[in-house]
Amino acid sequence: MEVYVDVKNLSFYRADRAIYKDITLQIPKGKITAVMGPSGVGKTTLLRLIGGQIAPHSGSVTVAGLDMSRASRKELFDARRKMGMLFQSGALFSDMSVFENVALPLQEHTEFDDVMIRDIVLMKLQSVGLRGAAHLMPAELSGGMARRAALARAIALDPDLVMYDEPFAGQDPISKGVLVELIKRLNHAANITSVLVSHDVEDSLSIADHVCLLSDGRVILSGTADEIRQSKDPRVVQFLQGHADGPVGFHYPAQDYDKQLLGMN
Amino acid sequence: MKDAKANLLVGLFMLLGLAAFIYLAMQVSGLAFDEKSDGYTIQAHFDDIGGLTDRAKVTIAGVTVGQVQSIEYDKEFFMAKVTMSIDSTVDNIPTDSSLAILTSGLIGEKYLGISIGAEEDVLKDGDEIYDTQSALVLENLIGQFLMSAGGE
Amino acid sequence: MKTLYSAIYRHIETVGQAGVFLFQAICRLPVRYDEALKLYFRQIYSVGVLSLIIIIVSGAFIGMVLALQGYSILTRYGSESAVGQLLSLTLLRELGPVVTGLLFAGRAGSALTAEIGLMKTTEQLSSYEMMGIDPLRRVVAPRFLAGVTCMPILAVIFSAVGIWAGMLVSVHWLGVYEGSFWSSMQQSVYFDTDVMNGVIKSLVFAVAVVWIAVYQGYICQPTSEGIGRATTRTVVLGSLAILGLDFLLTAAMFGDF
Ligand SMILES: Nc1ncnc2c1ncn2[C@@H]1O[C@H](COP(=O)(O)OP(=O)(O)OP(=O)(O)O)[C@@H](O)[C@H]1O
Ligand SMILES: [Mg+2]
Repeated sequence: MEVYVDVKNLSFYRADRAIYKDITLQIPKGKITAVMGPSGVGKTTLLRLIGGQIAPHSGSVTVAGLDMSRASRKELFDARRKMGMLFQSGALFSDMSVFENVALPLQEHTEFDDVMIRDIVLMKLQSVGLRGAAHLMPAELSGGMARRAALARAIALDPDLVMYDEPFAGQDPISKGVLVELIKRLNHAANITSVLVSHDVEDSLSIADHVCLLSDGRVILSGTADEIRQSKDPRVVQFLQGHADGPVGFHYPAQDYDKQLLGMN
Repeated sequence: MKDAKANLLVGLFMLLGLAAFIYLAMQVSGLAFDEKSDGYTIQAHFDDIGGLTDRAKVTIAGVTVGQVQSIEYDKEFFMAKVTMSIDSTVDNIPTDSSLAILTSGLIGEKYLGISIGAEEDVLKDGDEIYDTQSALVLENLIGQFLMSAGGE
Repeated sequence: MKTLYSAIYRHIETVGQAGVFLFQAICRLPVRYDEALKLYFRQIYSVGVLSLIIIIVSGAFIGMVLALQGYSILTRYGSESAVGQLLSLTLLRELGPVVTGLLFAGRAGSALTAEIGLMKTTEQLSSYEMMGIDPLRRVVAPRFLAGVTCMPILAVIFSAVGIWAGMLVSVHWLGVYEGSFWSSMQQSVYFDTDVMNGVIKSLVFAVAVVWIAVYQGYICQPTSEGIGRATTRTVVLGSLAILGLDFLLTAAMFGDF
């Protein structure tokens, strides 16, 4: 197994709260890796660490052999050209139409002429079902449409690594099915390494080759989809079944509930 | 489409800025590129110019016929030498005309007024007006008034 | 005492960071000049063209008021023809650059801050970074350069409109003789010391206001409240900067020492 993203002994803090405590995980090249975990555990943060947007407090993130926290600005920007990221909020550029949004990375990073760019953009939009919406502005899109447009933008340059932050949120069953197929197809056809953050357990497990389950700043399980399904670890079982009670805390760290309600401050 | 319209407006905006700038340069600050080429210059010496400045107007009977070009100190005569240009259309100023520094209003700007003389000969380029009357300087007037009041 | 030192230290640090930020924004050359030019013109549209109406209307009113006030004072000394001089010198040297700057901070500066702040909040800036596109170059630089270009243009338009409107009032309404109106003006206004110094002033104000605006947008807390606070700060700091700089520049340009 060839490793594409290598996270070693990484620790990361927000203020005094440890988001990650010395985690190590590997994302195999050419495979779909699903990262799952409770809300607020730091999945988006992990994607930002991989993209080099934030630097770990200790440990390292290596992407395709480049240590992201020690790379120069130029190396970092060059490395990012080979990455696509679908932001949780979509993050379409609000002053450009859908077409211009998807065309931008092509205009910036390739020497293609306008006709060529137009064709590529239309192909990408077609694959997410938004070719007809090319002329719309982001404000005129629904949440699900915006996310699909952002997906088209993330894959515009045919990157080596695509990070999807909750691509299925807000999608109806049909578009979700299309997106699942799209992610799978991209992965197999172009041998793209994919990191998929999703709460959609069944869909993720159905396409992921590899799964990382995060909880409380640690990787609690890392393995194939079947290994996850068969795990007897109570934390994994709780997460897959969606029980509120169990070893995985649903709550953000807080003082005792009864005490806070009853206590005089 | 939308961009084209915006670009047009940007172009108009810049042209408007340029027009405003030219307006300020030409009309407001009186910057002329052809420095009154169609005029002739004459000069005069004054004991005291009392605040006359470059580009002050030169009038005959209250009508502007030219402007002051330069003011310098003439070491030889211990006087101020004023050079002014006169419109070429005004070509019949008698040589014995006199020149006075006047003030428009009580605190207004200083300007030159030509009083027409009686000679047949007229001033030509480079000529000088000898009969000049200096500016009325307020301090001097008060001083004279006090002197004459004390004399009585 | 210690808190005072640390507050001063923090402020100096902020200025330093803002300086580095500005330096990086304008020194990173664009990859494609046609693209950069397009972005720049778009910003001139939203920063300059859209501010034009407020500038023209305010300029006209200020010019008319100045003419009325100037006339009522000067006419007591029989020097109402000097109203042209008063009007043009006040507008060119002071009110043109300063009022344009204040209006610009309120109209365009706040819009710049809010726009960049919202881009940050909605992760658009992160998005540029993840695409390998530098947001300083793509978002900040065209806005900064457009702002610095537009403000002197707006100030010149403001002064010209003000003088013209003041001329209408004093000549056509109050009955000042038109010839002496212009000649008193032309005699006392110098192109280099008055017109050009006004342009230089507005250029300096532009750098200050636009710099504050883009920086505040860039560092704002990515929340709606944070954007609100950053916008307010742009207007307050921008206006104070203009007034302070105006004093310094006036002393340097027109003070006799
Ligand atoms: N800018 C920030 N400043 C301070 N804390 C932050 C910031 N961004 C995120 N956090 C904290 O970091 C933790 C991880 O955030 P992150 O966005 O990575 O969660 P997530 O796993 O993506 O959650 P979700 O599934 O809800 O998107 C959260 O608990 C959040 O409180
Ligand atoms: Mg998240």
